[in-house]
Amino acid sequence: MLQVKTSLCNYCGACVGSCPVNCMFLDETIVRIEEDKCRKCGFCIRCCPVGAIDADWWSE
Amino acid sequence: MKKYEYDVLVIGAGPGGSMAARFAARHGLKVLLIEKRPEIGVPVRCAEGISQAWMKKVEIDPSDRWIDTRMEGAKIYSPDERSVIELSAEQARNEVGFVLNREYFDKYLASLAIKEGADIWLKSPAVDIIKEDGYVKGAIVRKFGERVEVRAKIVIAADGFESQMARWAGLNTVLRERDIVSCIQYRMTNIDIEENFTHFFIGSCAPGGYVWIFPKGEKEANVGIGVALNKLKSKGEVKGYLDRFIERHPYLKKGRILQIVTGAVSTCPVPKRIVDNGIILVGDAARLIDPITGGGIANACISGKWAGEIAGKCIENPSKECLKEYEEKVKKKWERKHLRNWFVKEKLAALDDDTLNKLMEVISEEDIKEISVRAILEAVQKKYPELVEEFEELL
Repeated sequence: MLQVKTSLCNYCGACVGSCPVNCMFLDETIVRIEEDKCRKCGFCIRCCPVGAIDADWWSE
Repeated sequence: MKKYEYDVLVIGAGPGGSMAARFAARHGLKVLLIEKRPEIGVPVRCAEGISQAWMKKVEIDPSDRWIDTRMEGAKIYSPDERSVIELSAEQARNEVGFVLNREYFDKYLASLAIKEGADIWLKSPAVDIIKEDGYVKGAIVRKFGERVEVRAKIVIAADGFESQMARWAGLNTVLRERDIVSCIQYRMTNIDIEENFTHFFIGSCAPGGYVWIFPKGEKEANVGIGVALNKLKSKGEVKGYLDRFIERHPYLKKGRILQIVTGAVSTCPVPKRIVDNGIILVGDAARLIDPITGGGIANACISGKWAGEIAGKCIENPSKECLKEYEEKVKKKWERKHLRNWFVKEKLAALDDDTLNKLMEVISEEDIKEISVRAILEAVQKKYPELVEEFEELL
């Protein structure tokens, strides 16, 4: 599951714009995720400038 | 659900959206500009450096209210920082650009749209698209907490890097990994910098991108970095690059951070299609970012103006055939240039520090009078023609 750590998130939308399948949506200051669309590419995790996104399937 | 009807709905009150609303309203159209944030221009997601030559054409009068500093030129530093390419105006004291205060600049542009008669809603994100009979007919908007239907003959999508309208409409603006640059910037105070120049650092300090220092005033600057996504492997890595750069430079290390800005930019060629039935994309949403500089404010303002004007022309027939005039205008202005700069970006990203150091040592001896990517490339071509061979015809 993809998770956004709200204590780190700067709600800039970098993750949203980098998502190839548009499974993310920046709802003002909250990143909403449609999990079933996610292809687990990890773009959002690496693109987040502050490292606020994590997933149980992600490994570096 | 409450219903509203407009001629033109503009989504996003950044520079592109405000300019689109301004020129559509001037044409006598009934225009609504919506912004998801509670304040225009905030939070800033920008390094704020711009040239000034384009402003007259889009009827923006430079004002001290939204100009923080005036620039005489730019300096590009080699990875070892021993060579500096200086790009400056013909004469000293001659301004070539500004470092903006986007908080005020964006409000100023929105006020120009309002003066022309555009309506504006804040805290109003578009949450869905209205599409009927193959035409975009508006959006579902959450107007200060309430879901409402906004119908419009033409939607102008100025919803930035994270653009949703384009994707909902079925326009392909999906970016490749190599064409996404992740950015973080600190506004720093108590630093020692040369104040009349913007400073750029290239090489392994920022793979596939660069570090910038854009002065914001006395002992103050935007110190930021962009790194290409295909060069980033782990979480939060881009911040690590910036922190290490600051650590290595005592004149920055002594400073403190007043603001943290994050975001991402696209560095791709112009997309194939940026209009469809009932919809026009502008600015970052249309991926109109210079792939080498990452700059997009001028492009957003110019494309916004054209979108507003062409919405006026096509309001009774908002088909993609009619709106195509906008797409053609955009392509004529940027297609070739952005393709060239995309090649340069790719080439640059592949050079190691040693090669860059050698290259820049030679180039820095050249007298480059014009502040442009083309001027630098011409200097490179003179000394190292093989480096530009692949895209020579685009120069």
